[in-house]
Parts: sequence; structure tokens; C-alpha cells
Amino acid sequence: MDFEAVAVRPEVASGERAAAPKIACRKLDFFYGKFQGLKNINLDIAERQVTAFIGPSGCGKSTLLRTLNRMYSLYPGQRATGEILFNGENILDSGVDLNMLRAKIGMVFQKPTPFPMSIYDNIAFGVSLYENLSQRDMDERVEWALTKAAMWNEAKDKLRQSGMALSGGQQQRLCIARAVAVKPEVLLLDEPTSALDPISTAKIEELMTELKTDYTIAIVTHNMQQAARVSDFTAYMYLGELIEFGQTDTIFLRPKRKETEDYITGRFG
Amino acid sequence: MNVHTHKQFDTEMEAIRSGVLAMGGLVEAQLRRAIVLLEADDKDAIAQVKIDEKQINQMQISLDQMCSQIIARRQPTAIDLRFVLMISKIVNELERVGDETKKIAYKAAETRTIDRLSHVRRYDVVRTTERAHEMLQLALDAFARLDAGAAAGVIDRDEEIDAAFLAIMRQLISYMMEDPRTITPALEIIFIAKSIERIGDHAKNIAEAVVQVVKGIDVRHASAEQIRAEVANE
Repeated sequence: MDFEAVAVRPEVASGERAAAPKIACRKLDFFYGKFQGLKNINLDIAERQVTAFIGPSGCGKSTLLRTLNRMYSLYPGQRATGEILFNGENILDSGVDLNMLRAKIGMVFQKPTPFPMSIYDNIAFGVSLYENLSQRDMDERVEWALTKAAMWNEAKDKLRQSGMALSGGQQQRLCIARAVAVKPEVLLLDEPTSALDPISTAKIEELMTELKTDYTIAIVTHNMQQAARVSDFTAYMYLGELIEFGQTDTIFLRPKRKETEDYITGRFG
Repeated sequence: MNVHTHKQFDTEMEAIRSGVLAMGGLVEAQLRRAIVLLEADDKDAIAQVKIDEKQINQMQISLDQMCSQIIARRQPTAIDLRFVLMISKIVNELERVGDETKKIAYKAAETRTIDRLSHVRRYDVVRTTERAHEMLQLALDAFARLDAGAAAGVIDRDEEIDAAFLAIMRQLISYMMEDPRTITPALEIIFIAKSIERIGDHAKNIAEAVVQVVKGIDVRHASAEQIRAEVANE
């Protein structure tokens, strides 16, 4: 397939200035050993907007998300080439401090992954790795993070209880609170609601809308209606390539490419 | 267009598509009966117009329900969403054509007892109604084939009907000024001519909906030239 290899910059509604990209991928290739998982990805992730990645299983959307904070570096045999410019600096350079990078670009996974410790410690643990806060400041930070994740009212009376005892939806919001607590600039969400019931899903979607006033959010989702509901920009990927990228309204109402239209209208395979 | 992965979705979309064509066929037949009534008295035709009217209203309700169900159950996007939304719109346009046709049929029956100006009714009005009928037929054809080019052609023809309406008006005004006894029949014929002009507008709206489904652009309130340019633009 011969897809356009030009950088795709999301167009911002007329009248507004084009938002500066928080993250810019340039000629990004990714390899699992000999297998090429991403092919020449050029895309801008706009600051304080929600960008959704959609596409069938194996299309490379989670791989792309995992390159954005170099999560893949934890695994041998995986490598990325090209550039990922975060605030203008290439995070694929060898000198990058990965711990600091992941504090700035936090990630939440499909399955809630609370630590086997109290709700309070789940949040305080990450913060204490990066900052030396007094008990009082830490208490404030925990409350702030839980409030950001719309969890404070439910959790304030049981901060010393185990995070594992929460419901699935609460655990996922705890993980979002944990990611937010270290004050990142970007949140990467990898199918954050696929294991949750509709009410917890709605709460997390609502949360994304609130969080984007402070953070840049990139979300991978299999649920196309979710992408349509929560995102400002949508990228459709297939077989490791970026097929189409643009404003979510355009992608879901009048996509430019037939491949995108076939996928979002359920005419795939 | 490829088929949907959910085959049932295709079946539902085909059901609303063929429903609109069946409703369109019924409205066309009703309009043909109105043309017959403009030319000559026909008791069966006027009875049938009433029956058609009820059936058209029923079809409007059931097709709208089907569209709501598809939106609720399938959450259509892109061309599918446009298709369902436009079907709902076309169904409303067809129902209004049915209303106008009923008015023409009833007025034709009333005015037939008046001899004055019957030539206007029998020739100019019938000819314009035939044009409106043809326009409606072409709009439904464009819908059946989802042919934006053919739809643009229908939009062009609305001016013909508007011009014919004005010509009838001018003609009737002359008669009324010359002989006040023609005022009553002239007014009745003006009502008929206005209904025909409205049918032309509804056919145009149907054609615009077809362009929107196919091209994904809203061409309402655009000039015929702009629409032709948009349709030609791939």
C-alpha cells in the first residue's frame, strides 16, 4: 500500500491558532527484532488535547503509544529509529534519562495495576521517587491527585485500606491518580476502560475531558465510539502505518480515505 | 461500497433504502392521479388519493422509527450516518409532497365545475405538474443509484418550475384585471400552482440530500453553479 508519507499536522478549527505539538513523531520506525511494527510514522500530538489511536488488532497503535515514553526499552530486541520530539527534544537519543522521561510522560494500562499497598501509598510511592516532600505536603499531593482522578470522595475515608480492595473502575482511577501525582505533562492511556463496566467507563471518559485542561492525553482504544466521544484528534492505523490523522469530527463524519471509512463504519474484513 | 462486518446492519440499511423507494413510488403514483384530476373528473382517483395519503403518513412514521433504531443500535458513522440522517429527511420531504398532491387533487375537483380559465388549468398547470413529477422521479432515481451528478441535474431544474409558476401567476393576474369574474377561479388555480412549485422545492431538497450522502457536503442554500462545481470536484 502506498500511503502518503508526509507529516500530518492536525488542523485546528478555523479562527484558532494551530496548537504547538507537545510530541512530534518524525520518520518513526519501530522493530520487534526483525519485524517492523511501525513504518514511517509522522504525526503531531497537540498540547492539552486528547489524541486517540484507533485501528484493528496488531495495527501498531499500542506500539506507537509505548514508543512515546520509551516503555519498549525495558524489553530486549526492540528498537525505534527516527525522531520523537518531546518539547522539541528527541527522546530516542541515547542520553535521555528514562526515569525522568516517564515521570513527564505517564502511562496507564488496560488492566488496573495498583501496587499491593494502601491507597495512600499507591500514590505516595511514585511521588517519593522524584520529590522529597514533608508529610503534610505529601498528604496534600495525595488529596490533589485523588481529586484530579475524581476519586477523593470515594477514597478519603479509606486511604489506609489496600488499593487491591477497590472495584475495577476505582482501581483504574487510582492508577490514573498515581500517574497524575508525579505531575506529568503527558498521559498515555492504553485501552484504559476495556476491562470496566459502562459507569466506570463514563467516569474515566469524563475524567479525560477534565484532565486535558492541564495535560496532553494520548489514548489507544478499541472502542471507536469512545474515540469519537473523548478525543479531539484521531489517528487511524493499519499494519504499522498511519493511514489518516485529523480532527475527530472529520474522521468520523467525512474521512478522506476509503480505508478509514471502511474501518469506522464496520466494513472491515 | 463493501459490506458491513455485521451483515444484519446491511439488511437494516437496505430495508430503509427500499422503504424510501416504495414510499417515493406511492407519492409519484398519487401525483399522477392528481394530474388526471386536473384534466378530467375521476371519482376513483380522488378516493385513491385519500387512501394514498394515509399510507404515505404511515410509511413516514415507520421509516423514521427504523432510522431511530439503527442510530440507537448501530451508532452509524461517516457515510452510514449521513445515509440514515438523509433518509429521515427524504421521508419528510416525500410526506410533504404527498400533502401538496392531496391539495392539488382536492382543488382540481373543486375548480372543475368552473368553466372560466379551465384552459389554464388543463394546459399550463398540467404541464407544470408533469414537470414537477418528472423532477421528483429523477430525484428518486438519483437516490436509488446514489448518483450525485444526477442529483445536481435535478437541483438545476427547480428554476424551470419556479419560472413556470411565475408565468402562470402573470397570466392569471392579466385575466383578473380584465374580468373580475375570473378572480375566484384564478385564486384557486394560484393555490394549485403554488403547491406544484412546492413539490419542485421538495424534489430539489431530496436531490440535495443525495449530494450530501454521496459527497459529505451540505449544499443547502448553495447556488446551482456551486453545487455543480462541488459535485464535479473529486
